[in-house]
Amino acid sequence: MNELVCKCGHVNKEGSELCLQCGRTLTEQAEQRKTSDVMRYEGMARRSQTYKRSVIDRIWNFFSSVKVGVWLIVITLVASAIGTIFPQELFIPRNIDPAAYYEDRYGLAGKIYYVLGFHNLYGSWWYMLLIAAIGTSIIIASLDRGVPLYKALKNQRVERHGSFLKRQRIYSEYVTDRPVEKLEEIGAGLEKKKYKIRKENNHLLAEKGRFSRWGPYVNHTGLIIFLIGAMLRFVPGMYVDEQLWIREGETLNIPGTDQQYFLENKGFTLETYNEGQDSDVFDATLQRVGPVAKNFQTDAVLYKREEGDIAGSANREMEPLFEQPIQVNIPLKFDGFALYQTDYIENEFHTMSFTLENKETEESFGQFTVDLFNPEQDGLYDLGNGYQVEMMGLYPDFSGFEDGEPQSASPLPNNPAFLFKMITPDKPDGEVAFIGIQQNLEPLGENEYALSFSGLETRDVSGLTVRKDLTLWILALGGAIFMIGVVQGAYWNHRRVWLKAGEDGKLYVAGHTNKNWFGLKKDLSASFEGTDLAIPEDHQELKDSKGTAKEEQERGTTGQHQ
Amino acid sequence: MAQLASISSTLLYTAFVLYLIATVFFAGSIKSKKHTNQIGKNRWATIGITITIIGFAAQLGYFITRWIAAGHAPLSNLFEFITFFAMMLVLSFIIIYFMYRLHILGVFALPIALLIIAYSSMFPRDVSPLIPALQSDWLFIHVSTVAAGEAILAISFVAGLIYLLKDVDLTKGGKQVFWLEAVLIGLMLVVGFIVSSISFSIAGAGAEFSYVNPEDQQVTAEYAMPALVVPNEGELLTEGAFATSLEMPAIVNAARLNTVIWSLLFGAGIYLLIRLITRKKLAGILQPLVRKANPDLLDEIGYRSVLIGFPVFTLGGLIFAMIWAQIAWTRFWGWDPKEVWALITFLFYAAFLHLRLSRGWEGNRSAWLAVIGFVIIMFNLVAVNLIIAGLHSYA
Ligand code: HEM
Repeated sequence: MNELVCKCGHVNKEGSELCLQCGRTLTEQAEQRKTSDVMRYEGMARRSQTYKRSVIDRIWNFFSSVKVGVWLIVITLVASAIGTIFPQELFIPRNIDPAAYYEDRYGLAGKIYYVLGFHNLYGSWWYMLLIAAIGTSIIIASLDRGVPLYKALKNQRVERHGSFLKRQRIYSEYVTDRPVEKLEEIGAGLEKKKYKIRKENNHLLAEKGRFSRWGPYVNHTGLIIFLIGAMLRFVPGMYVDEQLWIREGETLNIPGTDQQYFLENKGFTLETYNEGQDSDVFDATLQRVGPVAKNFQTDAVLYKREEGDIAGSANREMEPLFEQPIQVNIPLKFDGFALYQTDYIENEFHTMSFTLENKETEESFGQFTVDLFNPEQDGLYDLGNGYQVEMMGLYPDFSGFEDGEPQSASPLPNNPAFLFKMITPDKPDGEVAFIGIQQNLEPLGENEYALSFSGLETRDVSGLTVRKDLTLWILALGGAIFMIGVVQGAYWNHRRVWLKAGEDGKLYVAGHTNKNWFGLKKDLSASFEGTDLAIPEDHQELKDSKGTAKEEQERGTTGQHQ
Repeated sequence: MAQLASISSTLLYTAFVLYLIATVFFAGSIKSKKHTNQIGKNRWATIGITITIIGFAAQLGYFITRWIAAGHAPLSNLFEFITFFAMMLVLSFIIIYFMYRLHILGVFALPIALLIIAYSSMFPRDVSPLIPALQSDWLFIHVSTVAAGEAILAISFVAGLIYLLKDVDLTKGGKQVFWLEAVLIGLMLVVGFIVSSISFSIAGAGAEFSYVNPEDQQVTAEYAMPALVVPNEGELLTEGAFATSLEMPAIVNAARLNTVIWSLLFGAGIYLLIRLITRKKLAGILQPLVRKANPDLLDEIGYRSVLIGFPVFTLGGLIFAMIWAQIAWTRFWGWDPKEVWALITFLFYAAFLHLRLSRGWEGNRSAWLAVIGFVIIMFNLVAVNLIIAGLHSYA
């Protein structure tokens, strides 16, 4: 290893810019660079700036570069924005072919969007790859800088060479007859401002807020933990996302719980705001936009199946665990699961009642009720006195005839229709009637008897989302660590002041902070009060630049970091 | 309650007028021959900040009384959210003012707050009841933190804008001059929107159309301004109202497009008028105000406000947002456009900080980044709500 021996005799690692002992610049290059750039990592050797040969070096250097990091962030940002131009696939109606949807609705632009895969951008492999690259970059960049920075700040010396002081942005020399006394005075002033003071041989180092230098490393750690949490989502068992449609009065197994838990729906309520009933301040809105939803609620009871019970035996006696209304924003929680109110269907048909009549005399021979979900096993409804109705067919979602056969589009009772045989004492073979909503057919010829609707019962169906997410605590931990880190790095600063009472009778003062120079200067002006010395000068170069960032770059005074 | 709601409106109006007066005093503070220092003690500025604080108190009064009247935090529609954002902008200004006492900041921050309040009042101002998804304490916690974070970040835009007005050499021309003027024209378009809305509303130029939407349903559209473009298969329902025959495809919200066109026309008209009368660019008119501003201090304030605002925004816009989304929508993240734009804002300011810290992007570049950041925030605040429909669709 090439070592760099400083004039003061200290042996520094290859790649160092400032001597760890005295602060002298060690290379020609370091001499040329802006002080704030050199000071960022205390002039320490960084792996990425020192080794550039092997493949591993190259990969390391690539990911440790902030330039690369920023590019990754910017590309992710732009890609994310493109993903919001048209709705993502998961937001478009489910029963439509996406290929057709994008083209029909958005024309050529929509087609291009679909063909390039932007309709499913956030789940695409290259988007994931971008996030992974950012993660890698954060880890490598932090190690590359964090470790040397930690070593430098831990071994910080009080005594610094004159050239080090002179290079600082805040620097002044004072001719005074009592330099040591002044040094003590200013030191005391800084101590009042909560600086930690260290003294050695007429040198003084005042320092405060060093911990804020760890802010970025803490927040990056938080980000990495968060990303790991997000990845765990894909591990089986960590994440459950199911939908449970449950009708009023039903008790159903909760999907995803291994037949362990059951839920009873005791009733679903939908409330709206009403003029006159709710506060009068809402009247104007209600008149403008019409009814506004106020509450969606399922009154639910949770049951747990006892050990040893047979799976699927929902009807067996189960102990209710507890009862709770599930509302939007108030999920029902148990055993790592949460049930959310997310959807509903109002007034689904439940039972339908019919009356058997003689068409001519309009005499009635009794009434019966068909439970659409649970019809009589043998299809026979006995009305007494020899009158009977046999249900020959039930078509819950009647969609028309095919080859003379009635069809049902789905098992849901959206449009129920029935094929009945009416058996009466005078027609023991029965008469056949097809009955649907707004429909009454007599397929086998003119009947003497007829069935008429005489009652309808409906009930609401509640749509609940069943969710379990075992990654949440990891995400919360990552988020919390991230927040601590950003606040630590942003709301505190690392400020240092070096004082030196020289043998030449002069007092040297230099100051550095990683950010917020205004704050450092305020501290200095407070601690210089009463010393009859002017506060040290700020050698900032920023003054009127007239939009010349470009020239600045050409001069090489900015953007030196890789 | 209705009475309290009307007191609330009066308080907001009062705050608006007070901010206007305070702006005049801040302008006086930098023009004053007697107090030439633009920083520190100055009688004009002291009066200016005092009036600003009273104005803020009035607006806080508006917020609290409206909260009581509505029974929920008034952050549930665009009008309420945008006025709250303006209030946070004023608060951020007051805080930063007491940290740095830079008078010129008031000359720009307060007019921007005024513009935002005027803009917000173009949306329906009724107190609306809360739909189930919004009935949660997280409404206040999440929305107010986001607004506060964005407002603090907006101060960096104000500082950046002043920095650029001072820094960019208008006599030379070039890209920076062009874009600086573009930013100011952007502000002018907001003026155009406000002026056109008010004019047409006074003139009663609204109209109704029945048209066919993308789902092939016959619905009606409300126009607030004379129809320069007509919706898909649109039929004018209002007798005697003006309408061209320029029909838009179904996916375009023609009523909104129409408003945008009128705002552009009015904004451009006002802009051209100003240029004809003064024979100067907008930047040229404003430049004398900033002649004495200290670029170092502006740069410092711009950076500082990003440093303060970024954590607040992250907390409100991402962390609180995720917690609430987990409770209300069953998942903490769902790639809803508004969520994605919050992420974009977060990534943008992360890039800002990295560029500044590690690549030395200070001064001019940093100021430009602050301007772009503000454009992103405004896009999320306004355009995502109006153009891209998502779960966050405010009325
Ligand atoms: C979205 C992702 C990221 C976020 C939110 C983030 C956040 C931050 C923040 C807040 C700081 C402190 C900045 C300041 O105090 O001015 C910081 C510093 C830093 N970040 Fe990141 N970062 C991210 C990604 C990255 C990536 C991809 C890299 C890779 C190159 C990186 C490298 C650094 C470095 C080198 C520092 C400076 C540390 C120091 O010397 O003090 N960051 N980051």
